[in-house]
Amino acid sequence: MATTPVLPKLVGQRIKRREDPRLIQGKATYVDDIKIAGMQHLAFKRSDVAHGRITKIDVGVAQAMEGVEAVYTGAQIAAFVPPMPIGTPFPSPPHHAVATDTVRYAGEAVAVVVARDRYVARDAADAIVVSYERLPAVVDLEQAMTGKPTVIHQDFPNNLAVPLVPGGTGVGADSSVDDTAITKAFAGAEVVISQRMMNQRLAPSAIEPRGVVAHFEPGKGAMTIWSSTQNPHILRTMIAAMNGLGQDQVRAIAPEVGGGFGAKINIYGEEYVAAALSKQLGIPIKWIEDRSEAFVATTHGRDILAYVDLAAKRDGTVLGLKLRLIADVGAYNMLLTAAIPTLTMLMANACYRIPAIRVTVTEVFTNKTPTDAYRGAGRPEATYFIERAMDMLARELKMDPADVRRKNFIQPDQFPFATPMGAVYDSGDYEKAMDLALKNAKWTELKAERDAAKAKGRLVGLGLATYVEVCGLGPSSSLPTGGWEHSGVTIERDGRISATTGASPHGQGNETTFGQMLADQFGVPLEHVTILHGDTGVVKQGIGTFGSRSQAVGGTALHLAGGKVKAKMAKFAAALLEASEDDIVFENGRVFVKGAPASGKSFAEVAAYAYVPVPLPPGLEPGLSDEAFFEPANNTYPFGCHISMIEIDRETGEPTLLKLVAVDDAGNLINPLIVEGQIHGGLAQGIGQAMIEEVVYNSDGQMITGSFMDYAIPRATDFPRFELDSTVTPTPVNPLGAKGVGEAGTLGSTPCIVAAAVDALSEFGVTHIDMMLRPEKLWRIIQGGRS
Amino acid sequence: MAQVSITVNGKVRKADVEPRLLLAHFLREQLLLTGTHIGCDTSQCGACTVLVDGRSAKSCTIFAVQADGSTITTIEGLARDGQLHALQQGFWEEHGLQCGYCTPGMIMSAVNLLNDNPAPTEQQIREGIAGNFCRCTGYQHIVNAVQNAAGKR
Repeated sequence: MATTPVLPKLVGQRIKRREDPRLIQGKATYVDDIKIAGMQHLAFKRSDVAHGRITKIDVGVAQAMEGVEAVYTGAQIAAFVPPMPIGTPFPSPPHHAVATDTVRYAGEAVAVVVARDRYVARDAADAIVVSYERLPAVVDLEQAMTGKPTVIHQDFPNNLAVPLVPGGTGVGADSSVDDTAITKAFAGAEVVISQRMMNQRLAPSAIEPRGVVAHFEPGKGAMTIWSSTQNPHILRTMIAAMNGLGQDQVRAIAPEVGGGFGAKINIYGEEYVAAALSKQLGIPIKWIEDRSEAFVATTHGRDILAYVDLAAKRDGTVLGLKLRLIADVGAYNMLLTAAIPTLTMLMANACYRIPAIRVTVTEVFTNKTPTDAYRGAGRPEATYFIERAMDMLARELKMDPADVRRKNFIQPDQFPFATPMGAVYDSGDYEKAMDLALKNAKWTELKAERDAAKAKGRLVGLGLATYVEVCGLGPSSSLPTGGWEHSGVTIERDGRISATTGASPHGQGNETTFGQMLADQFGVPLEHVTILHGDTGVVKQGIGTFGSRSQAVGGTALHLAGGKVKAKMAKFAAALLEASEDDIVFENGRVFVKGAPASGKSFAEVAAYAYVPVPLPPGLEPGLSDEAFFEPANNTYPFGCHISMIEIDRETGEPTLLKLVAVDDAGNLINPLIVEGQIHGGLAQGIGQAMIEEVVYNSDGQMITGSFMDYAIPRATDFPRFELDSTVTPTPVNPLGAKGVGEAGTLGSTPCIVAAAVDALSEFGVTHIDMMLRPEKLWRIIQGGRS
Repeated sequence: MAQVSITVNGKVRKADVEPRLLLAHFLREQLLLTGTHIGCDTSQCGACTVLVDGRSAKSCTIFAVQADGSTITTIEGLARDGQLHALQQGFWEEHGLQCGYCTPGMIMSAVNLLNDNPAPTEQQIREGIAGNFCRCTGYQHIVNAVQNAAGKR
């Protein structure tokens, strides 16, 4: 045995990804790469008005086109596709996959075409003529709340999707409200910061647009549906329910998925229509979204307005926080729409000891594309609002932004920390993360550098933000789908390992990280482990990948399933080696009695014995396969600190990001290389929001940023080299100690950049700038300062 | 219909195509070279980037008929004799991809960049791939990947 190299422990190492060979050679299979004999293509005719009654749909020309199989209006589709369900408990207006009589946003589907190929399908869709009786559109959410000039859904007066939900100090479980504490906090304030802040609308913009292939096989009575989704098991549940099929009769597959960022959680009308039409027509149906459609038909993110009031003493001690949130739902509730602002509410406590907090959430319909989850989903909004307010407080008190935070941080010995918002923060050391960020950024020197630049007339500013977010979603009480994750582990007869996970990845690298975990758990080479995912025909159960839950919840399920199989395998090994199962060691591809590696068996020999168990050890069934559901007792609460430096061109107002330092604490890390990639990606989206991204509508409800020529997602030239570091504070919530990291980058970056812009323009008396930092907006501030 | 003859990854391909057929669709639908992806309608994202006569080009903005007589390399044609191209290797080693959807186009743009400038600075790399969107990585590991590949040449 001495000649066999010892297998290195893989967890914690920067292992290059096992997914990559197929991806870097163009050999991966995304939805649009799937072809099935007899497959026809689906295209949607979409509304070009934001609000109107459909008076006539002329499908004659389209129907007569060569190659067109079928054309359906919304009313015809509604005969076999019921209104779409949502995943939140709030009342919601009916939402048809294809509008039946009224359109409520530009881009809403009004008719569909099935045709031989995508070109013919598109031609035919374009040839459908729809007449509308136009209704006034409302795009501004505060305007919408007046009920003027239009009410979008008749049973929702003043366009209130969710009239008002209170939370925080003094709010009872029955929503009874006691104002004593919050009134006292503000009465005792020496300084109050009050600011209206808009967290603007964003287009998630996965580079792979959405797509679906639905294949109903009438002979089997079974449906297979491939979709670019983050959660194939939820898709299966919904497709089955909407098509009168059992969940056993639907197989949902997420093949290679080209990014999601929250926008591929929702189950969309296009998926329902493709499935239903495949069943109706008995043929495979493919629909692939083009980018112009993606801008109007894929859910948007953020779009929430806040009125923030922060009460403090002049030494920086925070006394109370009032946060009035008004969220823009868009025209309809989607799967999780109504729940996203409640996550903002949940995280309103941020990293601080705040004696009294009052938050209210109101959600409003407008004639715009529906909103839903986008990376961070509710938590970046909370962080942004609170961190902006903390920054304004520091500026008002002429305190260093780090000092005002230090004054108010929850202390390490206070965890678990129950907030007034109902969250129980699991573990943390916020000051440690901030101190490391300050050290890495050379904060003191950086301030001197800024001051020197300013003295020369340059507009240079520094920003700092800390964050805590809620990840590892979550206990089943918090998700309508259930909050667990599932995994199955099988030792094959040849000693190789197959494992399944319900955490369906779309870039997160689970095949690598989960492989690392199992290789270590069983003491076998990584190459002997295969991680299967994204197919409900293979993965028995699952929830999906969102809310930074893959590792914390899915990884733990894998670990538990592996543990069960390992325990059984130890029993077989004990029988073979005539030893106690408690003394069995798995290491280096061998299974042996502690202290006697030479007399053991190879991993494969023990596996083979388990499948031909002669003799069968008493009390054991043959085989090595088991599964686990992991239900976390709580969420996890990662945290960190981001620091940025920007310069604004005095003549043009153009901002340039000079520096971004991030310290993130996601608990224990499985693969630091992949973690870095996740943080980089989150930073890019957070910086994108702060600096260049915004979905803009005109007053008629027409989106005027409906292409990548008008909606700016960041390019490589928009960023400096990010400077990353981490602290490690494990969570007690799961045995891995892992908290989750997929969204972290979007949390701290956004407020720290706006803080830096305000700092850069401080000479003009500005205390807050709404995102994004459009040069024109900054230029006007500079000009105003001069006049 | 129009007849085209295009050399793709070393093989001459003759086909009858609709004059409006995009080169990207010709590659994907007719030749089944699905490594070339489509991410936008406006030539912004670069997922469809291939080499046309040795220069990077966005194949969603070229009709197949315009490519008649040209020589095209797609991501599938980059590895030689089972050996990954230095850029493919670099993207793998440096974790230059996550969902992988932008990756083929990103790599083809980087091939063009290193052909023009075998030892680019970081800024030149960032400018060289500015025609390709990646929504996952924040680009830093992509820059590292290109540096990794440049260092091996």
